[in-house]
Amino acid sequence: MEKSGKQLPAFTLKDLAANERSFPSGRNALLCFVKEDCPTCGLTMPLIEAACRAFGTKLDVWAIGQDAEGNRKLVESNRLSVPMLDDSALSVSFACGIEIVPTIVLAAPDGAELRRLEGFDRAEWRNLLAELARISGLAVPGIDWESYPAQRPGCGSKSVEPDVAERLEAAARGHRLTARRIEIGAQDEFEFMFERGLTDGLPVVPPTPERVARMLTGTRRDPQEIVAVLPPNLAPASVEKLAANAVMAGCRSEYFPVVLAAIEAIAAPEFNIHGVMATTWGATPVIIVNGPIRHRLGMNMGMMALGYGNRANATIGRAVKLALRNIGGARPGDIERSTFGAIGKFTTCFAEWEERSPWEPLHVERGFAREESVVTVFGLEAGSRQIADQHSRTAHALCASFALGLEACWHPKQHLSGEVLLVVSPEHADTIARDKWSKAQVRERIQQASARPLRELLPDQECGEGMPLKTFGLENPTPEQLAHRVPKFRRPEDINIIVAGGEAGKFSAIFAGWLSGPTGSISVSRRVEEVP
Amino acid sequence: MQIVDPTDERVPIRRSLAKRPGTPVGSIALLDISKPRGDVLMNRLEERLKERLPGVEIRRYRKPTFARPAPEDLRRRIAEENGFVIEALAD
Repeated sequence: MEKSGKQLPAFTLKDLAANERSFPSGRNALLCFVKEDCPTCGLTMPLIEAACRAFGTKLDVWAIGQDAEGNRKLVESNRLSVPMLDDSALSVSFACGIEIVPTIVLAAPDGAELRRLEGFDRAEWRNLLAELARISGLAVPGIDWESYPAQRPGCGSKSVEPDVAERLEAAARGHRLTARRIEIGAQDEFEFMFERGLTDGLPVVPPTPERVARMLTGTRRDPQEIVAVLPPNLAPASVEKLAANAVMAGCRSEYFPVVLAAIEAIAAPEFNIHGVMATTWGATPVIIVNGPIRHRLGMNMGMMALGYGNRANATIGRAVKLALRNIGGARPGDIERSTFGAIGKFTTCFAEWEERSPWEPLHVERGFAREESVVTVFGLEAGSRQIADQHSRTAHALCASFALGLEACWHPKQHLSGEVLLVVSPEHADTIARDKWSKAQVRERIQQASARPLRELLPDQECGEGMPLKTFGLENPTPEQLAHRVPKFRRPEDINIIVAGGEAGKFSAIFAGWLSGPTGSISVSRRVEEVP
Repeated sequence: MQIVDPTDERVPIRRSLAKRPGTPVGSIALLDISKPRGDVLMNRLEERLKERLPGVEIRRYRKPTFARPAPEDLRRRIAEENGFVIEALAD
């Protein structure tokens, strides 16, 4: 017989006489997992009893019952002498990976698993008793094998029943959860979350240990690993704390790797999340998801992509914001001090419709492989505006409309701006694709069509906002200098372009920038680590 | 219900009230905190409770001193043996 090498967990359980039995004891052991209401367990009990009577002096033969009341019944109805250990807490069944009862596990003196029988199989049992005889040097007991069927399937172990499995998983993972626990008591749990100031103004899902444990199944990362240090409090954000906030946001565990990647991205120093949250301008992390995970999570990249109604879009962005609030301490009116705020501050997250785009997707442009899943965060205005152009039939004409729309970002007289995000709709993408324009050509045309003579950008009595001469290092400009056309954006590549939105509608959308560049926020991409 | 604290844990937890059970059943602990005349108050309290709640058992406990919190084992014993506790002082 081959030794499997798998080490079984050490445990101590009490028998019906309240004597403690500890495994491994230094002897071979036959661990027989049973439950009273399983007919195949009833069928097997006399064989377990026979094994105990024949070999019990040399090795530990134990029945391990999953139901305290049923254990007693099993012993009484079968007049058993085999020790019946109480695993009604199911922790040993769970730790040993028992999915079926009866499961018979033969273990070496050091606790390594040698053999496992699930359900009932007459031939396997005959082999098992022969093996026990060999190990113990004792005789095989006489069994009337003809009275046993060849095979019988077992029943489901209580430890894998849906609610129970979840509780046990939480308990097992709970050993690695270190966050403070809070008793809600007799209050309504949803009201409790509001009262403690943990929500963004909408109800949140209470992050019970079970739910947090379930969220953690979405990642292989250790719950205590610090993913980021979140401002303004510069608080360490562990995987566990982030999981609690993802639960509150309503995420499924499959979304959690995207949340983790987004948190890593916003915490990059160049993103300057403190500034994005604290600015009186209404900025927020705008989260774009690329790669295969978009489809696996059922993210919306089509009709209503920027709007509401999709769970992944809505909750991933919300989880990031709740983490900033609860872990980082960025609360509205406190450190978060936007003059107006914006609906997009609840959550702004959507996917690029890569398959509908004539260009390379955003993440490929930024150096990732197409088959990688990537999150990109931008520090932009917390809400999009739309540009209508239902008449342009050429890329040249349409991109001029984009330019005119983009020129209004921040202020029309403020040029040399930083990053913006242009979300091109499928119909507009088709117009551009017909002329086979690259993204570089789109950017060049936007820069060209939005450029204005310097004289039009100077603050004056008609409009006090604008760009003072000193911005350009000029005191007494020449007519030629005043006629020089200043582009809207410092660099063409600051115009980020993706494709998303419904098939119908000759509109595109803009997310205007906040302060961009080294003194403001620079967009950041991070690869999503998926659980295979 | 218990939740995992989703914050950075800078703010202390405010305890919330246990569920109010309505009519008392089982046993009620009367904890005398050892102030002078505490027994007078507790005796009267026990008398009145027995009149109003004849089916309920009253168990008496006493703290070693009113100047310190009840010892851990006394608190645990009260919790194990009773569904309710009335803690009182006197003077």
